Amino acid sequence: MKLTGAQALIKSLEMQGVEVMFGLPGGAILPVYDPIIDSSIRHILVRHEQGAGHMAEGYAMVTGKPGVAMVTSGPGATNVVTPLSNAYMDSTPLIVVSGQVATGSIGTDAFQECDITGVTMGITKHNWLIKDVMDIPRVVAAAFHVATTGRPGPVLIDLPKDISNATMDWYWPSSVDELDLPGYHPVTFGDPVLVRQAAELIAQAERPVFYVGGGVLKARGAEALRVLADRTGIPVVTTLMARGAFPDSHPQALGMPGMHGHYTAVTALQKSDLLVSLGARFDDRVTGKISAFAPEAKVIHVDIDPAELGKVRVPDVGIAGDCRLVMEELLLAMDARGDAPVVRDLEPWWRQIREWQERFPLHYADADGGAIKPQNVVEQLRDAAPADTVVVAGVGQHQMWASQYWNFEYPYTWVNSGGAGTMGFAVPAAIGAKVGRPERTVWGIDGDGCFQMTAQELVTASSEQIPVKIAILNNAYLGMVRQWQEMFYGERYSEVYLSPDLPDYVKWAEAMGCIGIRAESPEDVGPAIEKANSIDDRPVVVDFRTDAFEKVFPMVPAGASNDDIVVHPDQTAPR
Amino acid sequence: MTAPDLTPLAGGRGASPRHHILSVLVENKAGVLARVAGLFSRRGFNIYSLAVAPTDEDEHFSRITIVVDVESAPLEQVIMQLDKLVNVVSIGELSPAEAVERELVLVTVAVGPTERSQVIQLVGVFGGEVVSVGADRLTVMLAGRPEKIDDFEGLLEHYDVVELQRTGRVALPKLDRH
Repeated sequence: MKLTGAQALIKSLEMQGVEVMFGLPGGAILPVYDPIIDSSIRHILVRHEQGAGHMAEGYAMVTGKPGVAMVTSGPGATNVVTPLSNAYMDSTPLIVVSGQVATGSIGTDAFQECDITGVTMGITKHNWLIKDVMDIPRVVAAAFHVATTGRPGPVLIDLPKDISNATMDWYWPSSVDELDLPGYHPVTFGDPVLVRQAAELIAQAERPVFYVGGGVLKARGAEALRVLADRTGIPVVTTLMARGAFPDSHPQALGMPGMHGHYTAVTALQKSDLLVSLGARFDDRVTGKISAFAPEAKVIHVDIDPAELGKVRVPDVGIAGDCRLVMEELLLAMDARGDAPVVRDLEPWWRQIREWQERFPLHYADADGGAIKPQNVVEQLRDAAPADTVVVAGVGQHQMWASQYWNFEYPYTWVNSGGAGTMGFAVPAAIGAKVGRPERTVWGIDGDGCFQMTAQELVTASSEQIPVKIAILNNAYLGMVRQWQEMFYGERYSEVYLSPDLPDYVKWAEAMGCIGIRAESPEDVGPAIEKANSIDDRPVVVDFRTDAFEKVFPMVPAGASNDDIVVHPDQTAPR
Repeated sequence: MTAPDLTPLAGGRGASPRHHILSVLVENKAGVLARVAGLFSRRGFNIYSLAVAPTDEDEHFSRITIVVDVESAPLEQVIMQLDKLVNVVSIGELSPAEAVERELVLVTVAVGPTERSQVIQLVGVFGGEVVSVGADRLTVMLAGRPEKIDDFEGLLEHYDVVELQRTGRVALPKLDRH
């Protein structure tokens, strides 16, 4: 069967089971947009290529399937650099297909030429510039294989226009061996000797903690984690990337660790004598000052990426392997201990933990002057939403409040930008999440600063009938920066004031085909949420005018030890 | 990063204990060297020297010999990060004691009538070659252990060196004699 390169590319995507892709056409990718008309793949036309990338990420994060974005060359490709970087930091499987100028023009500074494989080398797991039309099926298959196996991540396929127009004899690689990846061998099972050593360390520990990261979700390991936690009675902290991997209602759940983590989660890690790190990477936002992090703890570090073992903290037992498989191996190793206990008596440890929990729960001061408290908005959104609601956040104060105050009961219900901290992530990622999980309620919880970066994608949502709900916690500031300037720069506020009513978010929402709702005082919050929840045929934007002076607590100041965690001023100081 | 201070001769450029040799087999594809160099740059690893050439007649694979400064990052971390590059097929680590290493240097020296014979003599002692002769200049070549190149370079400092180019070292494991 003779196909053009463009047809071969679309057919290859179909062969990979792609159901939906996000993109925007342009000159160099034009040939590929023609066969899309006849394809089974749903194409969602975005308003800016950054939106395509984040939508594909949101889709991937809730479905576990790779997200696909298609863009043209030059500026189209550079606009998707931020999503690639975001996906790289958060290990999200993302496939970007970019058009490129014709091979004969490469290197001549042709119109809309950009060396996008060069630009994205450091922020993709791998990328390919296709120079032979016969390579298309093999490269597409290799790209999906690389993006979805091992530690997942973004890949980019750069496709010159003349290659799209060339013809080829169709084939499809029948096995991984045909993908020409001699240097790619992702690990799977953990070394059984090391797993036994890990079981032994767990049996000896007096103050163990499961430090659970996003790798558990990537490995589809939530069920195995639940079994392991129930079996051992060990407390569990879930990092920002792992919210939902373990139910917040479980008695062993301590919540989120890190700079704005729950006091008990931060302190339990800090005072632990054994960290069992599962798919986490000792990120600086979790560890605080690394030399002062969990100083008495031995470390078992399980990660599918061998380079994570010892990158930040040298483990006592480092196991390279898939988190789910290693947890299952660990359970077998525990079975094999026979009558020997799996853990010590953890009651003294739990007594200490309960004391922290009682003394330093999450706290904010109730509104007395009539301002809406952003934390209260999150609580009311949570209480009015189905338990399997997907929550999507941007980056900043609202993101921390969403992670703190939502109760995550199921995996893949939390979508946010963790490692890269990409403002503007929420709106497009929520749209992608809703495309992936149309039966679920999807609430984007966004800040006013973030919303202004990517709001135009609500035009995409309206025209494609993707009914997401966006709650803007509108404090008229770049709130997290404002918080730092208040606390660490002597209240010298530099370039952080936006405005509560410029733009008018309700009118803007309406102009984009959404329903716009405003809540200006605490008594408006409930009815606004009720109205938003009653609308299911189009996107909704709720402008919550929140207290501009509210800060996120607890907080570990940047560069400080986690011992120096700052709690809400209403709470007694820890020391 | 501080400059290496454990060199055998003042001004020499031989291996120090802080240097390790990585012998990296890569797919011979466009951009591979950029991927390797980019990784070192973005992870803050220091490259001391680097040599690259195809290893087989089909030119499917190339070998990159990298001397890394392990002060800048633990060697294991450098190897693990390198291994994540999809085009990297295998990585061999060679400690200086377990490797045979060779390097080549080309030097152009400005010479008057007296220096001319001295330089030619020196090259002879070291087992090098005169590869180009001009009216008032000589270009000489020496291949050998990097320390030998250091010595040679040190002795040439007494003359008017116009240009000097070293290749960076290549290395393979020492063979077992038993």
